[in-house]
Amino acid sequence: MKNHVWRPLYIVLAIVGGIIITRTLLVPNDFGVYERGYMYGWHRKSNEAEWRKYPIKYKSPQICAECHPEKDREIKSSPHASISCQNCHGPNYNHPDDPQGLTIDRSRGLCIRCHAHLPYKGTLRGGIPGINPETHYPQEQCVMCHIPHSPKPMIQKREVKS
Amino acid sequence: MMNRREFCKKACIVAGGLIIPLSALEVFNPRRLLAEKDGNSKVRWVFLVDIHKCVGCGLCVKACKIENDVDWDANVTRTWVERYVVTKGGQTLIDSPKGARDGFITQKIDQASQGLKEVKPEEIAKAFFVPKLCNHCENPPCVQVCPVGATYQTQEGVVLVDRTWCIGCGYCVMGCPYGVRYFHPTLHVAEKCTLCYHRLCQGMKSACVDACPFGARRVGNIRDPEDPVTKIITTEQVNVLKEEFGTKPQCFYLGSSMEVK
Repeated sequence: MKNHVWRPLYIVLAIVGGIIITRTLLVPNDFGVYERGYMYGWHRKSNEAEWRKYPIKYKSPQICAECHPEKDREIKSSPHASISCQNCHGPNYNHPDDPQGLTIDRSRGLCIRCHAHLPYKGTLRGGIPGINPETHYPQEQCVMCHIPHSPKPMIQKREVKS
Repeated sequence: MMNRREFCKKACIVAGGLIIPLSALEVFNPRRLLAEKDGNSKVRWVFLVDIHKCVGCGLCVKACKIENDVDWDANVTRTWVERYVVTKGGQTLIDSPKGARDGFITQKIDQASQGLKEVKPEEIAKAFFVPKLCNHCENPPCVQVCPVGATYQTQEGVVLVDRTWCIGCGYCVMGCPYGVRYFHPTLHVAEKCTLCYHRLCQGMKSACVDACPFGARRVGNIRDPEDPVTKIITTEQVNVLKEEFGTKPQCFYLGSSMEVK
């Protein structure tokens, strides 16, 4: 056959070869079909390990009691027993190494998540003692009067109206 | 030189060969098919939400955002809580301000363009809170539509996104019937709940499960018959969301109501 027939064929072969080489270089070796089959399991396997290594911020709720047993006893005998320490004291990270102390959330916003009264009888929310945040000492922090570790009775209740 | 008869014969053979897909030539292997059907993994994570127990405090959303580095102020969240208020007039009002990141602290229901709507307590027929998250479906449509294999399901049933491989086309965001996917505000890749895969793999529970003070959220292994979550799912009246889509969602709801979409 004449040269003018072969020439475009060479170009096509070069393009195909180029695509195959680029693909081999760009696609990771562990990219393939795994446990969930082609439809759901076609992926880069090492990504699973990358997600597994994602840093944990909140430690298991039981871990706090290992070093703070007296605080644990205190909260466990209060109506707030079911609230995990880290919900108010912030995520543990690598405490006590880093950070050495946790930043406690004493904000009003944290308390009214549950204690802003909502008249929903069918839910547990309707049974939680609640206030209207707009009228119940709106400028004050709840912890001025209520001790979160033993909210009942309000031992710390002081006159803050003045 | 080829005659006409010869040419027609060969053309038929070539055309016939072309219409047989490659998969038809694959040897049928019943064992492999069985493995793909039920999976051979000893672990299959499922989620259980008890609507009766949820008070709408949003501590789960807060914990999820911190644990998974989800942008605090951007209007995106991997899990959220919806409030349903059904009036005696039969109207259903639903809202989820900031995904309930700060909980529900007012009786005013956010109705977007219609403004805040307050329902008098005596007009409320029923009200409840519904936590939502990725259902980690057995047939995840979001995974099927990914053109590059950036999203996938692990053998434990967790649907994940490969952040280095995602091209940000958004097919999966559109493909999910539950709207659990969104774009990462800074990385510009698809984002979703991982069921705290990094915690589950270390024997811990998901951050939202640990944060919930009322036990409204639980995670368990459906392949373990002794798992308390499995016991509830197999013996009590549980529901799933949008069953009609055929996605086989693996997030089960106790105490669900017909208003829940």
